[in-house]
Amino acid sequence: MDTMFVNLGPQHPSTHGVLRMGLTLAGEVITKAVPDIGYLHRGTEKLMEARSYAQCVVLTDRWDYCSAMPNNLAFCLSAEKLLGTQVPPRAQTLRVVMCELNRIASHLIFLGTYGIDIGAFTPFLYVFREREMILDLYEALCGARLTYNYIRLGGVASDVDADWISKCREFLEFFKPRVDEYDTLLSFNPIFLARTKEVGLISQSAAVSWGLSGPNLRGSGVSYDVRKSEPYCGYEAYDFDVPVGEHGSCWDRYFCRVQEMRQSVRIVEQALAKLPEGELSAKVPKIPKPPPGEAYAHVEASRGDLGIFLVSDGGAAPYRIHVRAPCFINLAILQDILVGKKVADVIAVLGSFDIVLGEVDR
Amino acid sequence: MTPAEKPVYPEPVLNRRSGKLLTGTRYWPTELWRNPWSLPRYRAGALWLAGIVLGIAAVGAGVGELAAWGEKLLALLGRSGLPAAVVAWVWVLVKLTCVIGVIVANGLWAVWWERKISAHIQSRMGPMYAGGFHGWAQTILDTIKLLLKEDVTPAAADQVMHLLAPIVAIAPCVMAFAPVLFGDELAAARIDVGVLYVFAFASISVIGVVMAGWASGNKYSLLGGLRAAAQIVSYELPRGFSVVPVLMFASSLDLAAIDRAQAGYWLGFFPRWFIFYPVAGQLAFIFFLIASVAETNRTPFDIPEAESELVAGFHTEFSGMKWSLFFLMEYGYVLLASFLLAVFFLGGGAAPLPHPTFIPAWLSIPSWIWMTSKAMLMMFVFLWFRWTFPRLRVDQLMDFNWKFLLPWSFANIGFAGVLVYLHMRGWGPG
Repeated sequence: MDTMFVNLGPQHPSTHGVLRMGLTLAGEVITKAVPDIGYLHRGTEKLMEARSYAQCVVLTDRWDYCSAMPNNLAFCLSAEKLLGTQVPPRAQTLRVVMCELNRIASHLIFLGTYGIDIGAFTPFLYVFREREMILDLYEALCGARLTYNYIRLGGVASDVDADWISKCREFLEFFKPRVDEYDTLLSFNPIFLARTKEVGLISQSAAVSWGLSGPNLRGSGVSYDVRKSEPYCGYEAYDFDVPVGEHGSCWDRYFCRVQEMRQSVRIVEQALAKLPEGELSAKVPKIPKPPPGEAYAHVEASRGDLGIFLVSDGGAAPYRIHVRAPCFINLAILQDILVGKKVADVIAVLGSFDIVLGEVDR
Repeated sequence: MTPAEKPVYPEPVLNRRSGKLLTGTRYWPTELWRNPWSLPRYRAGALWLAGIVLGIAAVGAGVGELAAWGEKLLALLGRSGLPAAVVAWVWVLVKLTCVIGVIVANGLWAVWWERKISAHIQSRMGPMYAGGFHGWAQTILDTIKLLLKEDVTPAAADQVMHLLAPIVAIAPCVMAFAPVLFGDELAAARIDVGVLYVFAFASISVIGVVMAGWASGNKYSLLGGLRAAAQIVSYELPRGFSVVPVLMFASSLDLAAIDRAQAGYWLGFFPRWFIFYPVAGQLAFIFFLIASVAETNRTPFDIPEAESELVAGFHTEFSGMKWSLFFLMEYGYVLLASFLLAVFFLGGGAAPLPHPTFIPAWLSIPSWIWMTSKAMLMMFVFLWFRWTFPRLRVDQLMDFNWKFLLPWSFANIGFAGVLVYLHMRGWGPG
């Protein structure tokens, strides 16, 4: 049979950045799919080897730029392990609030762009309306809207006041009915279901063996969440559920994220209710020089299990840093599950993985 | 006259400690959502809208039936002393100009309207600056921009076919408008097989689309063109068959006769529109609407264009006026489908309620206003679909057509047969 080779990307509206997929098509059916990455490589891991620990936090913002707070957090947790720093409780709670708000903002982007991938344009503008409110909150907090550098070694950068907290509560109240609105508009739309419900199936065993994490793994029915399995920042004290999917289809991965937004709202509400008074940051030297050794810390970032492995030789800069980037590892399974699908399904499956190329290429 | 006051926008205050950025410079949507009517601008907008609707109705009542004006104009031409053959040709030219004018004006209007509708569905404003009032000049300026754009033909393209494709696509669209009724008896041509004529011409455009996809020398365009061919050819069938019940009710293929057959009221107040014929009427309406959306390549059936997959599909490689001809074609077909829906199912130029006796007859709203309003209502449905639904996959689209729409439109012909039989036996309301 005659086949046609098509480059999907790196300049394509639905590859979410600069991913290139080499597709071999027989008619509209994929016979071979090769993801090609590296168009956004900036070498942050190497850059960090020449910067002090405090300066490294700024670079972490640039990995997953749709949710930068968990990146900050993962690096800081790992560095704090090396330094043996105890983070004060108010900073811990603020870290949880910011990470969960960022999870909502990040999943909102996913929801909007996935709608566009499937052909529904309207949810995109709805979710940006809500995300705007979160970014406004961040802007009032730390002056930045995308790359925050808010979570610092030993604590957080600035405090919230009563005004901020009331604005945040107002947002949560505004946001809760909006999630139901997305369900009526998109989640249970028959066309949307037809496009996603039976598409891109990943079995539990395949999901585990390909090393998926985050909503992509939970969509396949594996209840693995770092916040539950290895709680950090006092997550064990919060009451929340880990939503899982049933069949591992695109829709399951999608709906996991919708449910996670509801859970994040719950966590933020609890955290705001019990926000303790006290210090914002532990005492950390201006240029910390941790003792030689290594540390690994991982957090449940918006897109999955984000881990940072740090090696120190006793100097002011990390000797070596490695990032376990969830998007990069999630991407690998594509070459396996795209074969035999239609062109339109490539977009649906790729979109459902919610990749951010900044994190894939680093 | 004093110049209009310029709106004052607050300067953003970047104070990260006090939170003033939120409270001082922006409003959150929460405030607007709680009670939109509390905003004076919202109330003023509602008044404007009501005023525009009333104004159109008043102008319509003042002008009266357009068909009558047409006859007067023809009589004037006849008295001018020109030979009869010349008069006939001039008359054809006048009508042709009117129809092309309608199609072009519809392009301008529909794009602006689509922008406004999509904006309001998506909680935005849409165009607000060009021209002053709600950006009414936006599409006019866009047209000028398109006219001034460089016409690019890709090196890999088939030059002749690339040039011909938009022409082949738009010409049948203009031709198809010949028998379309814009009001009672208001059509460019009286064709007694009008329905067949419209469908026949409307299905030629797909050749232009396939040509465009093939001649672009782009793999994505090729996929788009092939998808368009498969889709439009398949949806021709249910679209044709879903109208058969209407033809049976009206016992004519003439659009004017179909329009006339829906005049009058059951029990003196309930309009005798075909959409109100039990079961068969509603089913035929829904099937024809769905098939029309698919025929015009609009969401949820816009797979030939498929922004997120094929990056605009068959017209990716077209720019400037060549591209706008495709654009004009799409909106032309939307308008055609809207007028057909109005004539087939919504009573054409008939008023939804009988004219009240206490209002003088000369104040009645003429049929062309009713017809256009109904067509615009249907056009709104098209736009509404587009900004609400996701897109089907190409095989699901075919499944839906062959396994659902086509069999049921056949069955619907049977339902219509039962209705007509019952009517012939004297059962049911006249």
